[in-house]
Amino acid sequence: MGWTGKVLRVDLTKGTCAPEDLNREWADQYMGQRGLASKYLAEEMDPKTDPLSPDNKMIFATGPLTGTCASTGGRYSVITKGPLTGAIACSNSGGYWGAELKFAGWDMIILEGKSKKPVYLCITDDKAELLDASEIWGKSVWDTDAWIKTRHQDPQMHVSGIGIAGENGVLFSCIINDLHRAAGRSGVGAVMGSKNLKAIAVRGTGGVKVDDFPAFLAATSAAKEVLAGNAVTGEGLPTFGTQVLMNVINEAGALPTRNTRDVQFDGAHDISAEAMAEPSGKNGKPNLLANQACFGCTIACGRISKVNEEHYTVQNKPEYWHASGGLEYEAAWALGAATGVNDLDALTYANFICNEQGIDPISFGATVGAAMEMYEDGTLTDKDTGGLKLKFGSAEALTTAVELTGKAEGFGAELGLGSKRLCDKYGKPELSMTVKGQEFPAYDPRGIQGMGLTYATSNRGACHLRSYTVSSEILGIPEKTDPLVTDGKADLVKAFQDATAAVDSSGLCVFTTFAWTLEDIAPQVDGALPGNWSVDKLLEVGERIWNLERQFNLQAGFTAKDDNLPKRLLKDAAKTGPAKGLVSGLKKMLPEYYAARGWTKEGVPTNETLSRLAL
Amino acid sequence: MNITLKLYASLGAFLPPGSARNTIELDVAEGASIGEVLALQNVPRGNCHLILVNGIFTPPVSADGKALSEGDTLAVWPPVAGG
Ligand code: SF4
Repeated sequence: MGWTGKVLRVDLTKGTCAPEDLNREWADQYMGQRGLASKYLAEEMDPKTDPLSPDNKMIFATGPLTGTCASTGGRYSVITKGPLTGAIACSNSGGYWGAELKFAGWDMIILEGKSKKPVYLCITDDKAELLDASEIWGKSVWDTDAWIKTRHQDPQMHVSGIGIAGENGVLFSCIINDLHRAAGRSGVGAVMGSKNLKAIAVRGTGGVKVDDFPAFLAATSAAKEVLAGNAVTGEGLPTFGTQVLMNVINEAGALPTRNTRDVQFDGAHDISAEAMAEPSGKNGKPNLLANQACFGCTIACGRISKVNEEHYTVQNKPEYWHASGGLEYEAAWALGAATGVNDLDALTYANFICNEQGIDPISFGATVGAAMEMYEDGTLTDKDTGGLKLKFGSAEALTTAVELTGKAEGFGAELGLGSKRLCDKYGKPELSMTVKGQEFPAYDPRGIQGMGLTYATSNRGACHLRSYTVSSEILGIPEKTDPLVTDGKADLVKAFQDATAAVDSSGLCVFTTFAWTLEDIAPQVDGALPGNWSVDKLLEVGERIWNLERQFNLQAGFTAKDDNLPKRLLKDAAKTGPAKGLVSGLKKMLPEYYAARGWTKEGVPTNETLSRLAL
Repeated sequence: MNITLKLYASLGAFLPPGSARNTIELDVAEGASIGEVLALQNVPRGNCHLILVNGIFTPPVSADGKALSEGDTLAVWPPVAGG
């Protein structure tokens, strides 16, 4: 009934796979995916656990709508304690893998312990076994995918796994499924690598039952009409993809540039959606070839691109001449604006390597940006970088760095620490553009004030996907707010955080919320699940999840001091654009936010708040 | 007066052929409104969802009443989003 009711528990130390019943009481309180898996993690594991120790658990979790005919209902999340941040990590991915897990009859997989030798988990419907992965250890995501499908003679298998970055403990390594869809952030790939688990291959032949089929069909059909009829989800996202934001955010003066020294990038147009669609190179073909949808998605925002065959990165490497996933906005920003590189083919190549080896392009690009600033100010020398000339704007430096980072070779091993540890090591902590150790993404909090509060309070470290106030502050969805003021942002951020936590627990993609409100989502969840899933209940579940994650982090040792932004954003005013002269107003917003949340001045949920949320 | 007009995404088709970087410089009547400038380029108003003047949001419904000034940059998009 939305849920399959079955959880697969895998003990990697003992080499066992055992089914167990889903905890229905928790499912009713936390819905699924992000919320429900966070509840399991919080209940089963000490938040102080070392993220790279065998004691850290890792949960691959679907939502009740994953694998159903709800539009975008193909999502899954990986929940664990993140090695980049030390906070609770929850990385969400699309593609087809999540739906396949559901078809095999599982709501989630809980992985614990550590295998003595490299293994992969192979699931075929209700059969699950750990198999030897020594032949694919050291191989890329792409080779692993092909090897597993060949070995099992099943091209319909879906594989989620790590490349060499996760094996090598790169702290921002990610988990990739279906070749280029990523559970991207917080270093979840390094946790998988630390467990000697290379991949999870799934083949499912069942379907997903829903509680009230006529109601579910009516709700999902009506919601699809809303997506199709909405100008953004019906036309904007499929045609231009997320990358259309590059010029928008640059014009709005909120594009963090060259390690956030500036808020506008003179090369923004060169790496934008518009540039991807322009003819390039001798053959006059554009970088962008097609759009692509994840499972069941009627939006299809994904980009499929190609590196120009004449480009220096691939000239003698025909293995990179094929079409693959990219560039999405966040990756293009991090690999481009954050490093000052405006070479679209170099960015596309770097993004391919990120997918091939399982690297989060946001954290990688932002870390290279910080290293470039340290190189230019003389903190890093050629001796430190092994001769890598990390100058802002150098495409060669970027593309060499990405190759070295996956392999953890030379200076790549240091880049793989992430910008916080790198900047700390070289005595320049102020140059790390991070919150709770995680690099922030493509929006400058001086030009979009709500994003400063979003980054500072995000439970998984700096992140745009915990409360995407850009939607309101820049795009006017669902209603326009002024990006340059702090008034009202505490409530706005809280509202986005709670609603997003609910969406992330349902199996749906958060991009639907450019068109859908919870009024569109609640009837779909209600049709799939037993019980009464109203808008109010979704909001209550979302708020409960947010507070559960907060409690986990407080118990892990975080305090209000960690709800902060890099000094640069609080002290150095934006130099150009609409935000010229402004810094982030975090100091004003944060106490308002704690009050709106029902937390103490120290950022701790009060007993009253906890009991209101049944925590 | 001189202004800069930037038409992005599908609206780029309404720029003169050969325009680079989705941008043209225009000499328009003193105090011309956003609506007048868009009409000059035959940009369908129904497709103008996001309008920024010097990076600052202007609701599409007030485009006719909003006069531009010398040196302004007007940037316009059809319905777009991302993340
Ligand atoms: S909107 Fe984009 S990211 Fe979301 S499910 Fe559809 S294709 Fe995937």
